[in-house]
Amino acid sequence: MQETFTAQTQNAAPLSEAEAGTSLWRDAWHRLKKNKMAVASAVILAALSLASVLAPWIAPYSYEEQNLALRAVPPQSGHWLGTDALGRDQLTRLLYGGRVSLMVGIVATGVALLIGVTYGATSGFFGGKVDMAMMRIVDIIYALPFTIFVILLMVFFGRDIRLLFVAIGAVEWLTMARIVRGQVQSLKKQEFIEAARALGLRRRRIIFLHMIPNVLGPIIVYATLTVPAVMLLEAFLSFLGLGVQPPMSSWGLMIKDGADRMEECPWLLIAPGVTLAVTLFCLNFLGDGLRDALDVRASKD
Amino acid sequence: MPLLTVNNLRAYFHTRNGVVRAVDDVSFEIEKGDMLGIVGESGSGKSVTCYSLMGLVPQPPGRIESGSAVFDGKTDLLKCSTNDLNQIRGKHMAMVFQDPMTSLNPYMRIEDQLIEPLLIHGVCGRAEAVKRGLHALEEVGVPDAAKRIRSYPHEFSGGMRQRVMIAMALITKPELLIADEPTTAVDVTVQAQILELIKKMQNELGMAVIWVTHDLGVVAGFCRRVLVMYAGRILESAPTEDLFYRTKHPYTRALQRSIPSLQPKGAELYTIAGAPPDLSKRIEGCPFAPRCEFAQERCGQPPIELKTVEPGHATACVRMQSSEISI
Amino acid sequence: MSDTFIEIQNVKTHFPVERGIILRRRVGTVRAVDGVTLSLKRGETLGLVGESGCGKTTLGRTVLQLIPPTEGAVILAGRNLTQLRGEELRAARADFQMIFQDPYASLNPRMTIFDALAEAIRCHKRVPKRELPGRVSALMDKVGLSPRFLKKYPHEFSGGQRQRIAVARALAVEPKLIIADEPVSALDVSIQAQIINLLAGLSREMHLTMVFISHDLSVVRHISDRIAVMYLGKIVEIGPAMRVFERPLHPYTKALVSAVPIPDPAREKQRQRVILTGDPPSPINPPSGCPFHPRCPYAVADCARIVPQLENFDADQQASCIRMREINPA
Repeated sequence: MQETFTAQTQNAAPLSEAEAGTSLWRDAWHRLKKNKMAVASAVILAALSLASVLAPWIAPYSYEEQNLALRAVPPQSGHWLGTDALGRDQLTRLLYGGRVSLMVGIVATGVALLIGVTYGATSGFFGGKVDMAMMRIVDIIYALPFTIFVILLMVFFGRDIRLLFVAIGAVEWLTMARIVRGQVQSLKKQEFIEAARALGLRRRRIIFLHMIPNVLGPIIVYATLTVPAVMLLEAFLSFLGLGVQPPMSSWGLMIKDGADRMEECPWLLIAPGVTLAVTLFCLNFLGDGLRDALDVRASKD
Repeated sequence: MPLLTVNNLRAYFHTRNGVVRAVDDVSFEIEKGDMLGIVGESGSGKSVTCYSLMGLVPQPPGRIESGSAVFDGKTDLLKCSTNDLNQIRGKHMAMVFQDPMTSLNPYMRIEDQLIEPLLIHGVCGRAEAVKRGLHALEEVGVPDAAKRIRSYPHEFSGGMRQRVMIAMALITKPELLIADEPTTAVDVTVQAQILELIKKMQNELGMAVIWVTHDLGVVAGFCRRVLVMYAGRILESAPTEDLFYRTKHPYTRALQRSIPSLQPKGAELYTIAGAPPDLSKRIEGCPFAPRCEFAQERCGQPPIELKTVEPGHATACVRMQSSEISI
Repeated sequence: MSDTFIEIQNVKTHFPVERGIILRRRVGTVRAVDGVTLSLKRGETLGLVGESGCGKTTLGRTVLQLIPPTEGAVILAGRNLTQLRGEELRAARADFQMIFQDPYASLNPRMTIFDALAEAIRCHKRVPKRELPGRVSALMDKVGLSPRFLKKYPHEFSGGQRQRIAVARALAVEPKLIIADEPVSALDVSIQAQIINLLAGLSREMHLTMVFISHDLSVVRHISDRIAVMYLGKIVEIGPAMRVFERPLHPYTKALVSAVPIPDPAREKQRQRVILTGDPPSPINPPSGCPFHPRCPYAVADCARIVPQLENFDADQQASCIRMREINPA
């Protein structure tokens, strides 16, 4: 009986004859492509990101350049979005500001992702007392007031833009950890994980090949929705004067300047405001689209 | 006059992947006090048929494309207004669902849910309703009913919850009870208890029962007539004994041959080749033909209709209708 | 010479019930499996039946060491599985496998079945990559699936096909014992027949020892050599399959057998049904004495005092009821 098994390997059916399957990822991609709002959002975001990345080459001026003769002028030729109180070109500042805002969004989310996924996966996988202790720590940190925390960081470590990333990332990981823990916990109960154990697969293999690919979906969705939250946070901090410092610009800082002079120079507020709003909308639509596309239930019969 | 006459019912679901023809031209009748069984596997359309009668098919994506369901000779359930339907639902026609764990509102006490049908239909005042509710609970065999009536659903087991559901359905003494696989999710001894209960209540109230199930055994012991559904259509309709001993459709026969309890121990069970058809594609001719051992070319040609071949016994198999084959 | 292949010796699996947020106190115990002793011969199929809460699923998982037993031993081909730990236990898993109930949940939705089967094949053996396609195809063949489907994902298959893949995966490690936990309960009637045929055929062909857990008595009767009936964590009756069905000894088995609907109207009309009252009891607060006595139509005063043991009625059949001989005249 066991011998016949081995004997049958002689007629190896070529793998290439097998019909290709469609993985759940491909299914999700198809669904995402059909979602017009999500696709449009992705296109807009790509354009904005591209513009920001290419800022040093496409910006008409340097972001520090001040033209005191043309202070606070409304949009005109040469300065398509006008200038601010110190004669700096708004378009340039918008492009450079985009770099900061988008970078903060992505890097801080990345930090949150790294810490949150590791923490949450560990906590969920081990369960029991370890899980309880780890989650209580999360609860305690959750209770700390964020603004005060950032102010303290700034006071102690000075106003370094890198601190901004750290501060925001250090707070956003909490929700990510909770989400991942929840996903891992419910995954543990799934029969295919039990089957993997019953087969005798090693623990590392189970975690990396069976668990993690199945939690990626919600993680991707949540990460996409974290980016706008982070950007808004950065704008908020810059608005309070705690974030990016001039002459560097970020959209938040520009909005602050614009808000100060809302009545005389409305163009200073409109451009960054609209840009930030559009970016946030697009990220949210994309996140929603990803969530709908990755919903595994939709692909089951 | 029959209590309910269903004619040419068609219920389709308009989904992204096409139009799923869940119920495709179903017609049947049920008399007062009759016990009708609807048997089919998953995807046969038996549940959607019941939901259509009760007006519970979500529209969209579902839609009642055509057909009529005339209740008590007066109201067409499929075409009447929601007001008219509400007069009948819960009062003259009641339904018991499959999953006892999710059919009761977890936030309401049993008592409140139990007497709700009486209050909504203005059958009596609250004080009287509470009395009737208690009586109903005792009738269905819930021990210690007076104390437990004020409990919440989560304090009851699955079997008890199913009894509460039955009590709720019967409290207005409806003329028709539709039971959609009510015992599939409970243990077999509890199933026996519930079957006895419904038989008893049916005797006392003289109501008609439509029992939907995939279990031929339940149908054998409980129903007087049986409809066999497949791919949204009725393939055979007969009195119970005729269906089991003198079936006139290859699908019914194939089902019987694949059930272990009807075969000698250890014998290889008959397996129906192939798989149920994709309901989102138009099916030409008999839906069972691709899997039928008797299929011939003309089985793939429409029309395939239910025809009476013996008194009370109808089959949709064209070859049986013309007596070409015998099973 | 005993050809006992697997021995389950007085296995108990208890779960503590705890209350409290920070300091958890134990307030009770769920006695899911409460002293089960069984032995099977090589190549035998044992059917394990019972209703919800009887402990059959827990027993299956305990035997496979997926849940550690609280007490007792499981001896497979001379080796005590309950004493194995860590890497030894992991390696031993090649000898015993499980087929799960839900074909939709027991396969990783993000792996092709080729990968899933290859992973199983290589789990306990070194197999060179080039041999894998052949071996995987052979496995698919064994369970009646075309190798065309190798690169497809679980969601592209029907329930019956997924269950075949699960069977193939279990067979990939070349086990000697298979525990099938309600393998056909989630499938349609006509598909159940396919999987039952498959399991029966494979078990004969490969001389597998199988434990078939189900709540469906007719399926179990069809495929098993012997049947064991469980109630509240204990075995209340055990004997040859047909005998337990046709002449049940224990009052619970009588009720169970009489509750099974028979798809035969004439027989259904004339059968005597034993209808039990009340619900199956909870495993946290089992009744005193015989666990079945509160619902038993034959109970007498002693039944609440004495805990019955499995006793021989004749050479093959055993039941745990103190009134066994009275209620079953020879």
